[in-house]
Amino acid sequence: MKKFLEGSRAIAETVKLCRPDVVAAYPITPQTHILENLAEFKAQGQADFKYIKPESEMSAASVVLGASAAGARVYTASASQGLLLMTEVLFNIAGLNLPVVLTCANRAISAPINIWNDQQDVMTARDAGWIMLFAEDNQEASDLHIQGYKIAEETNLPVMISVDGFSLTHTFGQVDIPDQKLVDKFLPRRKLVSGEFLDPKNPVSIGGISSPESYILARKKLHENLIASKKNIKKTAAEFNKLFKKQSARHDGLVEYTGPKNPKLMIIAMGSILGTIRATFNEKKISDKVGILKIKCYRPFPDAEISKIILQVRPKHVAVLDRAISLGQGGILASEIKNLCPIGMVSNFIVGLGGRDVTPEHIEKIVKLSLTDKTCTTRFYDR
Amino acid sequence: MIEIRLHGRGGQGTVTAAELIAEAAHLDGKFSQAFPSFGIERRGAPVEAYARISDKPITLHSKIYKPDYLIIQDPTLVNMDEVRQGISKETFIVINTEKSPAAFRKIFEKNTIQTIPATQIALAILGKPIINTILLGAFAGVCGLLDPKSLTTAITARFKKEVAEKNLKAMNTAYCHCNQNSEYCFSAEKCEVAVDGGQNFSVTC
Repeated sequence: MKKFLEGSRAIAETVKLCRPDVVAAYPITPQTHILENLAEFKAQGQADFKYIKPESEMSAASVVLGASAAGARVYTASASQGLLLMTEVLFNIAGLNLPVVLTCANRAISAPINIWNDQQDVMTARDAGWIMLFAEDNQEASDLHIQGYKIAEETNLPVMISVDGFSLTHTFGQVDIPDQKLVDKFLPRRKLVSGEFLDPKNPVSIGGISSPESYILARKKLHENLIASKKNIKKTAAEFNKLFKKQSARHDGLVEYTGPKNPKLMIIAMGSILGTIRATFNEKKISDKVGILKIKCYRPFPDAEISKIILQVRPKHVAVLDRAISLGQGGILASEIKNLCPIGMVSNFIVGLGGRDVTPEHIEKIVKLSLTDKTCTTRFYDR
Repeated sequence: MIEIRLHGRGGQGTVTAAELIAEAAHLDGKFSQAFPSFGIERRGAPVEAYARISDKPITLHSKIYKPDYLIIQDPTLVNMDEVRQGISKETFIVINTEKSPAAFRKIFEKNTIQTIPATQIALAILGKPIINTILLGAFAGVCGLLDPKSLTTAITARFKKEVAEKNLKAMNTAYCHCNQNSEYCFSAEKCEVAVDGGQNFSVTC
């Protein structure tokens, strides 16, 4: 049913439909309304998950690690400094092959103190071994959480869903929340294999020490599993779109291109900024010469998929809009896109850090700048 | 797409007002969006909130810089640059004040201005200076964008019964004051607002 909801509320309602067994989260800033809403559902008897409030984000992540290892379906959410405090545990969750689902309400990192939206937090967890999906709008945020559980439990890999703080989490709009019956059909109970989870009746140990001989093999396996999960992500999206009859006709892909063939410019970005770019192109009618490549799945990195689209579409130039930076290097997404393109083809703009508003006028200006000055050095667009 | 910018002070329900506008538009079958200017929330500090209404899905996430409608919940804000930013002569302005539009002509030279003594209506009906639903009533009365029935539904869903009834009465009063030609005055009760020469006013319940 199409409802008028705040983004955080839409995500909380969706998570409730996914029937987690354990929800753990540190409730203080930078937490979102997602956890407030889940607490409300629990208090009103609308949900029967175990709701645990630990003393920090690191403990919250540890709680869901333990619960997931014991066979539970788990959920947690964080952002900004909170996600950073979780980082050590995030690596462990992935290394232990636990199907944890986490929402990151993307926000900036201190110092200086800033509570607003950018994507620096999630990029800091980039190498932890999680599947990382980025929502463009609150409908997609809802959809990706349902898909996230399925992907996680099929691949035994954790899934982090990035939702831009404030511009999605605190924004009200139309979101279609599916029926419980359909979600139950799509997402049956987690299947547990004896000996593969912590069970007092059948004791096993996990995460023991790995020798120099075996550690590299374990890391190789995790890397290969992540890359192999691309097909699960695609298949799950296709199944989801079919079962839930998505009228918005979401693509099934890890990346999505909209625009003409041979565009003068291809803009590449992740998250809610894509909506502003689309609105700009629709209004300014420049979509006949500029295309948009959306990165929905950032890890595993869709390198082959991006290359394929670039070879098919043949843009003259590429501009990557990053909302996070590897300080001393440049835009993080841009540096990965540069690996796939000839030297000189990719421009990079750092935009919207710490909640700096990105407007259609900015997008228009960035398009013009990209076409007139094709320098590949990272540029801050801070007007 | 219609863009509405609201200015108030922390504690005046500015963000709730934006949400109620967008929710009423949603109930009318339109696409809508509402969000605050995300700041550190402090009572009494200037606050902005935004609402968009469209026949098509809204993908834009930037703030509103060129509003079609400007709702000012506190008249002491009118001189702020942020309030006047991006105003064109087409911008329709609704101000909570007991003064007549003429009193704001120097600031908003060419705009259509609707004034409403919302604080006084609030004190008379709600017993507290909470003015957001009254300005909503005034906005709905002048803009013709929102079905009062949808606003009624949105307010009934948002507040407890007794509070909702009082707010509906307050909103109805503002709606009828701003749109005396309308066939629809809310089914709820209303009070009479009399404004005399732009200076004296009275609210009779």
